[in-house]
Amino acid sequence: MIALPRHLFARWTWLMAWRDSRASRRKLLLFSSSIVLGIAALVAIGSFGTSLEQAINDQSKALLGADLVIDTRVKPEGERAQFLKSVPGESSTEINFASMIYFPRTEGTRLVQIRAIEGGFPFYGELESLPKAASQDFKQAGGALVDEALLLQFGVEVGDDIRIGKLVTKVAGKLLKVPGESMAFATIAPRVYIRASDLANTELMKDASLARYRTFFRLPENTDAELLVTDLRPQIDKFQFGVDTVAERQRDLGRAMDNLYNFLNLVGFVALLLGGVGVASAIHVHVKGKLASVAVLRCLGCSSAQTFAIYLAQGMALGLVGALFGSALGIIVQLILPHVVGDFIPIDVEFHLAWLSILSAAGTGFGACVLFALIPLLGVRRVSPLAAIRSSFESKRGFDPLLLLVFGLIGAFIVAFALAHTRRWHEGIGFSVGWAMAFGALWTVAQTISFLARRLTPSWLPFVWRQGLSNLHRPNNRTTLLLLSVGLGTFLILTLHLVQNSLLQGIVSAKTEGQANAILFDIQADQRDGVAAVLKEQGLPLLDEAPIVTMRIESIKGKSVEELETNRVERAAPAQPGGPRERRGGPPRWVLRREFRTTFGDKLRDSEKLVAGELVPAVTPDMDVIPISVEDGLAKQMKVGLGDEIVWDVQGVPVKTKVASLRSVDWRRVQPNFFVVFPTGILEEAPSFYIMVTRVADAAQSAALQREVVKQFPNVSAIDLTLIVGTLDAIVSKIAFVVRFMALFTVLTGLLVLAGAILTGRFQRMQESVLLRTLGASRRQIQQILLAEYLALGGLAALTGIGLSVGATWALAKFIFKTDFNPEPLTLVVAFVIVCLLTTITGMLASRGVGNHPPLEVLRREV
Amino acid sequence: MSSHAWEARTTAFDLAAFPWKSFRVSSPAILEVQRLARTYQTAGEPLTVLHEISFTLAAGAACAIVGPSGSGKTTLLGLCAGLDTPSTGTVRVSGIDLGQLDEDGRAQVRNEQVGFVFQNFQLLPTLTALENVMVPMELRGTRNVAPEAKELLKLVGLGERLHHYPVQLSGGEQQRVALARAFINRPKLLFADEPTGNLDTETGHQIIEALFQLNRERGTTLVLVTHDQELAARAGRVIRLKGGAMISDSGQP
Repeated sequence: MIALPRHLFARWTWLMAWRDSRASRRKLLLFSSSIVLGIAALVAIGSFGTSLEQAINDQSKALLGADLVIDTRVKPEGERAQFLKSVPGESSTEINFASMIYFPRTEGTRLVQIRAIEGGFPFYGELESLPKAASQDFKQAGGALVDEALLLQFGVEVGDDIRIGKLVTKVAGKLLKVPGESMAFATIAPRVYIRASDLANTELMKDASLARYRTFFRLPENTDAELLVTDLRPQIDKFQFGVDTVAERQRDLGRAMDNLYNFLNLVGFVALLLGGVGVASAIHVHVKGKLASVAVLRCLGCSSAQTFAIYLAQGMALGLVGALFGSALGIIVQLILPHVVGDFIPIDVEFHLAWLSILSAAGTGFGACVLFALIPLLGVRRVSPLAAIRSSFESKRGFDPLLLLVFGLIGAFIVAFALAHTRRWHEGIGFSVGWAMAFGALWTVAQTISFLARRLTPSWLPFVWRQGLSNLHRPNNRTTLLLLSVGLGTFLILTLHLVQNSLLQGIVSAKTEGQANAILFDIQADQRDGVAAVLKEQGLPLLDEAPIVTMRIESIKGKSVEELETNRVERAAPAQPGGPRERRGGPPRWVLRREFRTTFGDKLRDSEKLVAGELVPAVTPDMDVIPISVEDGLAKQMKVGLGDEIVWDVQGVPVKTKVASLRSVDWRRVQPNFFVVFPTGILEEAPSFYIMVTRVADAAQSAALQREVVKQFPNVSAIDLTLIVGTLDAIVSKIAFVVRFMALFTVLTGLLVLAGAILTGRFQRMQESVLLRTLGASRRQIQQILLAEYLALGGLAALTGIGLSVGATWALAKFIFKTDFNPEPLTLVVAFVIVCLLTTITGMLASRGVGNHPPLEVLRREV
Repeated sequence: MSSHAWEARTTAFDLAAFPWKSFRVSSPAILEVQRLARTYQTAGEPLTVLHEISFTLAAGAACAIVGPSGSGKTTLLGLCAGLDTPSTGTVRVSGIDLGQLDEDGRAQVRNEQVGFVFQNFQLLPTLTALENVMVPMELRGTRNVAPEAKELLKLVGLGERLHHYPVQLSGGEQQRVALARAFINRPKLLFADEPTGNLDTETGHQIIEALFQLNRERGTTLVLVTHDQELAARAGRVIRLKGGAMISDSGQP
């Protein structure tokens, strides 16, 4: 074997490999097709990823539309405003908040994000609109720029009226793109831009609206935004401002895109692995047919390394062809990718070929092909020349230690790829182990089926069925391979589908009788009776009502938020040179910094359960520490238990509390749910707004309610279940589309492997059918035998894939998404039928003509 | 030479016309077999298929190994040609002890000293007649072997069928290609395993004539394994096997 490299580069080796391939070149080409799609996926993703990275760098300033953004939830007045003024350069402000809008012409209402802007934003990139000029004109002439999808949804045209609070204006243009924001963003919160001077006319700001104030800066040239932020840090922290710079956005986006890129790569890699299994199986059949030739070559004086080199050369050529075709196809796919993932990418990615990425992806594919081909090729080394004079002679058997090495290399290859694309040990290993388990499960099932087919085929079945089923266990059967390819494909696609469904189901289940499905919020105290009257007028029940008081944490167990935060950073810093990262030290940042919408009341809601302690219904005069109830999940995050002290900043007033009880909350219920509940008798005087819950029968009733509420109380927002479900569905569908697109490569690879496997077994089939026909079988019977075999295979593969998929979805639903999982039987039946049909059709197509060959031709070829 | 009967039938078999280079035999004994035995491990107990065989063949000799099916003929041939390793005993080809060589070393000896003719021809199905003949020389790394191979194929009467594939040739033609392949590396030792077993009498006869002519004229030592009494009779020496043991050797007094 030491001589292998020498032989591998010898001209004669390649000449022999070429000559030897004569009768099987078309077949070899077909084998290579099973890795083409995997390589294409990797090439497309690799090249696209590089283009994306470049686009992020090229368009970095457009990612933010400015050099620096400072945002705050507190209206910048007094010293805050002064500070913002002190930042050098040009500035532009935006006030954004959630509100209902109303389109009078089509009577549509919808909760949207209103953005009132003033000044030159965006300084980099542009607000794209249709008509093009609208994005500039509305700042002078007034009007609203409205997200295109929203206009489409309500059938509203440019020029129609739009009502925002008390303001009635025209739709000035369709909003197509905002610098640094992806299309998916518009799905979650459709954006409506107005000029800041119109804001007062909406009269939405005078109430306790939850607005966010953003100031965009174009810094003077040669000013380093990062350095500036470091200088301003003390004030920024003091005012609790949030800061975003281009570099930071670039890092965040880079990380997000990395995740997307790595995820796609892993899915593409699965297609490659499946293709590798296909290659191994095809080469196995190919080599089996070559054993006689190998023995003769050995007789003529060919060394084992030389013969091995000849067939390895074929395997390499096959990999090379696969890599070439795969790269070509990958480049075409790269043209499509931006349309597939475009919704998630906030920048324009230009088509550009990243040769290095293409080369590395093609190399990965080539490597996988050769590694998998090695498994059957190793057998060539062990062919004894004695086989040439004794046809019955069996070459060396038993375990080949080199096989262990090859399997080790394949394992290392998979782990290395996974690690390179997850960058985390446990994820990389998890990916590898997960796939090993899926492969293992399918392999075990295949072996069991072969075994059972041999033992349990009922003797009362018609001959054609028994014959077809016996094909599942006879020598050279393709059961394992077909189950692997078809089963894996089924598993992937169906799991995606089921996960999507079960996620939505969790919310849709609230449709059941009597439960709430619509929420009205931002109701001012003086509007309570009015809104309740609207509900009554419309014949809708007021199912629940809760006051909401916003507050922040001031300190936990005597430690101020600032202290807790600094601790985090200090503790994290040494381990993470890249910057502060959240560690399991103290409460996470989102807890420390968030605004809590807290309620008060004297009893539990029906979505809540007491887990520990006791709910204190009301404050008594002797209490100086307020007993509150905390959601158990939040308590874990805050690292507090019963009796621990928390001081809240209730809109400027510190309120000392202690945890008196822990509750569990079913968040999936559409009704007011709260992290923190105060007893009655303390927050009544604090500025608050109300939330009301009702149940609407259908979309029309919901629309009527929203219209009426928006008309009378423009500041009140309404959201109903259909909107939530619709939004979620849209987002999940978009993600699912991307994943499905990638999974398609795996499924198509599976079909190619399937077709390849059937074609390689074709000659054996022909011989068998000739024999059967000589014995008197009709062509019809032969087709029925094939049909029985492929139906059985397809059915079993489908069952295995569906079984795995249901198991995986159940596990995901239970442990990751924490929802119920009730697969719809119809979905499973449809999946079963589709997989069976696909397998059978592919099988029958690939076996076309098996029964038509004249017996003589086949018999002669055997000589 | 001119008096040979088969040459009258077909001039194409004019092997003498081939420009053989000088052929020297380094040792008078080209094949030495000493106490050769082969035992196979079966499920039950060891099965000895060859017992203590010893014989020596001088360069240029022709020897037939005969015996009923299962008598160990093919096993003996395989051991002599270094296709298999003996359980005990030694085989020397041109003085080289095959037992001292590894598989690749034995392959080299086969390539340089040994030619094969098989009962079922064993041509490589994906190679043309010409390419099949060229393989042994190409394996040695010799360049430009096509003219020589063409010449040899012409000699066996296949000058017009150089680019045909084995399936396109009749059994007799295939065996003639195999013969040309066996001779292209000018072997000192030619092993023929039932060379006429798959041929009709007439064609078989032609193949036999060609084999013996080479044996006579070029000093190629011939080892034939056969059932065919007529073929055995033409060899100067007949070794009879039965049940894995040598029961007679006409070459031994």
